[in-house]
Amino acid sequence: MAYSEKLIDHYQHPKNVGTLDKAKQNVGTGLVGAPECGDVMRLQIEVDEESGLISDAKFKTFGCGSAIASSSIATEWLKGKTVDEALAIDNMDIVEELNLPPVKIHCSVLAEDAIKAAINDYRVKNGLPEIVEDKKHH
Amino acid sequence: MPIYLDNNATTPCDPRVVEAMIPYFTEKFGNAASRSHSFGWAGEEAVDYAREQVAKLINADPKEIIFTSGATEADNLAIKGVYEMYASKGNHIITCTTEHKAVLDTCKHIEKLGGQVTYLPVAEDGLIDLKELEAAITDKTILISIMYGNNEIGVLQPIREISAIARKHGVLLFTDATQAVGKIPVDVIADGIDLMAFSAHKMYGPKGVGALYVRRKNPRVKVTAQMDGGGHERGMRSGTMNVPGIVGFGKACEICMNEMESEAARLSKMRDRLEAGLMQLEEAYVNGNREHRLPHVANISFKYVEGEGLMMGFNKDIALSSGSACTSASLEPSYVLKALGLGDDLAHSSLRFGLGRFTTDDQIDFTIKAISDTVIKLREMSPLWEMFKDGVDLNSIEWAHH
Repeated sequence: MAYSEKLIDHYQHPKNVGTLDKAKQNVGTGLVGAPECGDVMRLQIEVDEESGLISDAKFKTFGCGSAIASSSIATEWLKGKTVDEALAIDNMDIVEELNLPPVKIHCSVLAEDAIKAAINDYRVKNGLPEIVEDKKHH
Repeated sequence: MPIYLDNNATTPCDPRVVEAMIPYFTEKFGNAASRSHSFGWAGEEAVDYAREQVAKLINADPKEIIFTSGATEADNLAIKGVYEMYASKGNHIITCTTEHKAVLDTCKHIEKLGGQVTYLPVAEDGLIDLKELEAAITDKTILISIMYGNNEIGVLQPIREISAIARKHGVLLFTDATQAVGKIPVDVIADGIDLMAFSAHKMYGPKGVGALYVRRKNPRVKVTAQMDGGGHERGMRSGTMNVPGIVGFGKACEICMNEMESEAARLSKMRDRLEAGLMQLEEAYVNGNREHRLPHVANISFKYVEGEGLMMGFNKDIALSSGSACTSASLEPSYVLKALGLGDDLAHSSLRFGLGRFTTDDQIDFTIKAISDTVIKLREMSPLWEMFKDGVDLNSIEWAHH
């Protein structure tokens, strides 16, 4: 299976690997996937309360190269966006950007799920209702 | 060229094997079944000689060797052939859960035909329980099919003890010895084997040729042909002989006969060094029994990193295979590792190392370093590793299963 250069680059030099303080009011954490399925993603966002922009995003991923690259690119895209803008990130954007082969599309789905989970965690912490997914991927 | 550590999948042809084969593509191209001219005689002579080379390696009589297209065909011929031939005696076969798919899927086929199959479990070290084996035998049992050495973990089943049980109950013993023949001494007489499948390309011979050993006395074993035609191979396997392939197979067996002992000693030393090097990593586990094992195989799980992601870290430089079949798009971890009782997480985190004739010490050093570096790097970005280090019990988390 030949992977795109961009994917390999994100695997070899992942952006924003790390951990934010999940106890903080302005940090949202999403943990998706399962060890038994071979991939687990934890994605975190930190929201600047004054501007409402995502000031930082971090991830840690257990999974294949596509899963690592998908979460790396997701954190890149999140930074500087408002929470509402972040909600609009679609898994197919990741598929296109990394040129994911069909068997790896689930990695992009997982990344989108991780973004939504992090946002919902942030919303609930800040007294906002959870956003229920209207799109069914799987 | 990348370092090749996937010798359980296939081996490169030994140059001496290729050299022996070449004349049989061109000037000595005759059909071994052509009795009326010298071209045919040359082919027949070459096949006869190869049959002796092959038989000698396993201490069989040349007449007991049936050439096939490979071990898969030999597995099919043995199981289906015995099932048909001994239908009046019974319809029950005993095998085990860690067998190769060529055996398991053939057994599934037998079940569809109305046969009964018992799939013995294995212990966490990969060995079957001999008491369970004996208890599974009924008056309808016609065949026990247990592999010699496992292709994923290298574990060697106690073939002599198994054959003693088979003998005691008058049941035939078939073994898929594809990974063992040419690597360790396999002796069909001393081991008490009635039928045995093996293949050339796992022992530095060409692909597309293998053999089924079929015992001729004590007892005389017969199988019903699964390929009908010209009645080649004493009627058990019709089809024009693959003369160059068979010549190569014979040569490969001869080389193994002469070099197996020193090669096994050299490879087990390298394997042990590889294993010791990688076991320096935290949370690394060797899968399968380490004592009863092929000398050139190691299967290691690196907890909290995923096998396919791990391989991507060095697959430009090292060719090996992962216990996670993610790469084959099935996303299922290895059924062999799961049969040992490994959780999906550990099964997803395993690598299979198959050393071979052309593996060098430098390659082992490079491999230890490359894999250790990748494991450490990936653990730094693994949320599971972080939780483990923080003392979080991963089983206490409610994972969102897909």
